[in-house]
Amino acid sequence: MKPEQDYTRDIAEIRSMMERSSKFLSLAGWAGVMAGIYALAGAFAAWWMGYPLMDFVHADYGHTLGIDFLWNVFLVAIIVLVLAVGTAIWLSARKARKRNEKLWTSTSRQLLGSMAVPLITGGLFLLILFYHDFFFFWIPGAMVFYGLALYNAGRFTYKEIKALGYIQIILGLLSAASPRYGLICWAIGFGVMHIVYGIYIHNKYER
Amino acid sequence: MKVSINGLHKAFESRIRLGIMSALAVNDELEFNALKEYLDVTDGNLASHIKALEKEKFIDVEKSFIGKKPNTRYFMTKAGKKAFEAHLAILEKLIKSQK
Repeated sequence: MKPEQDYTRDIAEIRSMMERSSKFLSLAGWAGVMAGIYALAGAFAAWWMGYPLMDFVHADYGHTLGIDFLWNVFLVAIIVLVLAVGTAIWLSARKARKRNEKLWTSTSRQLLGSMAVPLITGGLFLLILFYHDFFFFWIPGAMVFYGLALYNAGRFTYKEIKALGYIQIILGLLSAASPRYGLICWAIGFGVMHIVYGIYIHNKYER
Repeated sequence: MKVSINGLHKAFESRIRLGIMSALAVNDELEFNALKEYLDVTDGNLASHIKALEKEKFIDVEKSFIGKKPNTRYFMTKAGKKAFEAHLAILEKLIKSQK
């Protein structure tokens, strides 16, 4: 008869395998915090460049603000995106190494696959809005599609990510209903909420 | 069924076989390579354990082609699910009785 330790270890290994093969848990909490900081810095930069905060008439502000300004905001958004994704990959790779796991597994592929459809759709949608000069729907569009991607991703990683998805969707819809609060919604959703969830996940799962 | 004295099924004595069953318990189906990544074993080693589980009819295979590449996916059978759940229940009982 096997000693007790063996049975307990069997159970522990069964649990760990079930978890590892169904959820990507190398996602680092700090990646969320960093993404939030980049987003806040980006929102601040956009505001500093003259992005209207609350008090603008939403009709054709593309003309009011000028195309150069909009390109600059676009550039800031791209920089924030690249930094956030890059940091997330780097920190998650580090966490995976520490956990003695691989980063590129069937689970992480499923996670990315679940996000791909809403994110690619959203990206194309934003380009179409740009083409039609519907600038004030950029922020709502980005937030709603990103929220849908997170909602899907919740099945393949920490379940809290699903709730973060709901928050982005709600803030996105609010900013669509009232575009003048766009930058505020962006700063709360992409900035503050990423930091809050990053810290929460770090405290709950990484300590 | 091959069962040892304590009621545990012999097929689950190997950690790798137990790992295969655990992964298939929470996934509808998994590719050979996915199992290989999770278990960190060689092709030959994994294949022999899979064969043993197939022989018990605990798991089954679905072969298809994606383009020209053969694609092999494994899933747990009803019998496999029952045996795995029974195994878990016995493990739990054994741990409790030893305390």
